[in-house]
Amino acid sequence: MTVESTAARKPRRSAGTTAAKSGASTTGTKSAASKRTSAAGKKSPGVPGAPGASGPGPELVQLLTPEGERVKDATYDPYVADITPEELRGLYRDMVLTRRFDAEATSLQRQGELGLWASLLGQEAAQIGSGRATREDDYVFPTYREHGVAWCRGVDPTNLLGMFRGVNNGGWDPNSNNFHLYTIVIGSQTLHATGYAMGVAKDGADSAVIAYFGDGASSQGDVAESFTFSAVYNAPVVFFCQNNQWAISEPTEKQTRVPLYQRAQGYGFPGVRVDGNDVIACLAVTKWALERARRGEGPTLVEAYTYRMGAHTTSDDPTKYRADEERESWEAKDPILRLRAYLEASNHADEGFFAELEAESEALGKRVREVVRAMPDPDHFAIFENVYADGHALVDEERAQFAAYQASFADEGEGK
Amino acid sequence: MAAEKMALAKAINESLRTALDTDPKVLIMGEDVGKLGGVFRVTDGLQKDFGEDRVIDTPLAESGIVGTAIGLALRGYRPVVEIQFDGFVFPAYDQIVTQLAKMHARALGKIKLPVVIRIPYGGGIGAVEHHSESPEALFAHVAGLKVVSPSNASDAYWMMQQAIQSDDPVIFFEPKRRYWDKGEVTTDAIPGPLHKAVVARAGSDLTLAAYGPMVKVCLEAAAAAQEEGKSIEVLDLRSMSPIDFDSVQASVEKTRRLVVVHEAPVFLGTGAEIAARITERCFYHLEAPVLRVGGYHAPYPPARLEEEYLPGLDRVLDAVDRSLAY
Repeated sequence: MTVESTAARKPRRSAGTTAAKSGASTTGTKSAASKRTSAAGKKSPGVPGAPGASGPGPELVQLLTPEGERVKDATYDPYVADITPEELRGLYRDMVLTRRFDAEATSLQRQGELGLWASLLGQEAAQIGSGRATREDDYVFPTYREHGVAWCRGVDPTNLLGMFRGVNNGGWDPNSNNFHLYTIVIGSQTLHATGYAMGVAKDGADSAVIAYFGDGASSQGDVAESFTFSAVYNAPVVFFCQNNQWAISEPTEKQTRVPLYQRAQGYGFPGVRVDGNDVIACLAVTKWALERARRGEGPTLVEAYTYRMGAHTTSDDPTKYRADEERESWEAKDPILRLRAYLEASNHADEGFFAELEAESEALGKRVREVVRAMPDPDHFAIFENVYADGHALVDEERAQFAAYQASFADEGEGK
Repeated sequence: MAAEKMALAKAINESLRTALDTDPKVLIMGEDVGKLGGVFRVTDGLQKDFGEDRVIDTPLAESGIVGTAIGLALRGYRPVVEIQFDGFVFPAYDQIVTQLAKMHARALGKIKLPVVIRIPYGGGIGAVEHHSESPEALFAHVAGLKVVSPSNASDAYWMMQQAIQSDDPVIFFEPKRRYWDKGEVTTDAIPGPLHKAVVARAGSDLTLAAYGPMVKVCLEAAAAAQEEGKSIEVLDLRSMSPIDFDSVQASVEKTRRLVVVHEAPVFLGTGAEIAARITERCFYHLEAPVLRVGGYHAPYPPARLEEEYLPGLDRVLDAVDRSLAY
């Protein structure tokens, strides 16, 4: 099926299932469109009707329009056919609380409580939809922005803040929730996910692995190598690329000349582009991909077409490289608003639900604030802890020197 | 199994075989390690006996080999990966340095990364570019990695056993020009610790410290010096991270002179670290500055020049003479 993604600030009413506009791809802004014209126009990929890399294209899987209308899709509807109103409210709750947590963390960075923060604002549907598609025994390899996925995996969100506050370099036990540590080096974790998935297959387990990365990471060799390895070994891994349009200041056009999901074809496995602001579609498509993996059918690339509404990190200044209109156009496709519209229109949620959630949201913010401010600095000797599992003579020697140095302050009566 | 004379490459092969046999979680991975048995035949016959699931021919992608090995280790496997040649490790350097070395610490000790990376290294076999380098210092400098190199068949067998059993990532440098040197291997002997240096030849006038391919050169130099009435002690370091400074110190306190020998460039190399530490530890024992013999600050030269580049008997003996002249 094909559904055109409406991009204008005043969205047109989608025609539902038959809104195919052959080859017509809409972009978020005029500037983005003109970029595509200038970049892709000169050297066309040569595929008739192929959409440019920057537009969502007619192949975008969408189950919920920006206006909150449910649309049919023969392929992916079965994966959400039995979804209950309670589960839909759950998805909404996840997105709202994740956004609230994210906003709190951003504020805490501004207040000097965190050294840095990478906001997920705008990507809640991609993360909650895919995260809720995973099973408890699946294993997740995130980049550093997957706060919503962490939420779905049951990781206490305050655990995510330790590394940004500077009290540790990771800080949670990856095996507790099958949620690996954040990975800062772009794309490295896609190989770890592939290797882990190779292990899952060797074990004869029917769980699956999901690796998150961004459009910028798609340019990294490690991502290409993970595609090769996963295809060659038929590893049960889902590559979940959140194309949020920007790799810091570089647009997707600087990463690729073809839509990212089409990369998969060259490696011999399917690629799907899903509306990353549609939580139901993200849930359905990820479930489909995970089930393929479980059945032994190998890897899948899911490109969640979404938008990073905020800065890359709190150190970034997006006003230097993108226009306000672009963000505004994407705000019209806000993942939370569209699910709310659907919940309200279908009478799946009442005012009481939204009010309760608002209170819960405030409570979460308060808790995050309090926990972060109370986070103790690590013990000085943490420098030397866990450098090696089996110990190392040099670390032992330097720890002893450090201890002697520290003790020398006590001898001098420091602190009196 | 009784003592048996075998080549160093065969000793590693036997060691890998033992590990595959005793621990179902051990995997061998790399380019050409399967049917071919590796370009040096170190993994010869292993795929035939243990299958493609245990001895895995990989795509030609070093970062992919190490990155997937990390994932397999996270799943509970103990991968032993082969990098075909020293100069080819660099595409994987990012995965080794930014991921493999640090993940245990980042997880506050909750996960372990028992990955062994085998790298045939060093020159002396007349190879082309990127096939003769000695990058051990680049790895030893990185906290979280252990770096070792055997010099003989027995150590090759046992150090590989110990490296595989270690819960830490181990970079295992194999002296490729010693692959065909035969030595006694006693597979039921109880070995010393992986990171302990050993006195390969006792002496009293000067200590030569070396590892991997240079141990043999140093032993030959000591034998030649003996004819001139000099008593040279040869220390086989075996490990570059950690370095067994206690053994070096004990030897230097006895001989009062130290020359460190390695193939890698001298500048900022293993020898520099040893010279600095031993100067700190043994300043009042030393009769001469610690001297270093090694490669030059230049790309590894074409094969017809490697005899000039590599420390040989004469360069080692020249350094011995310079030290003894103080």
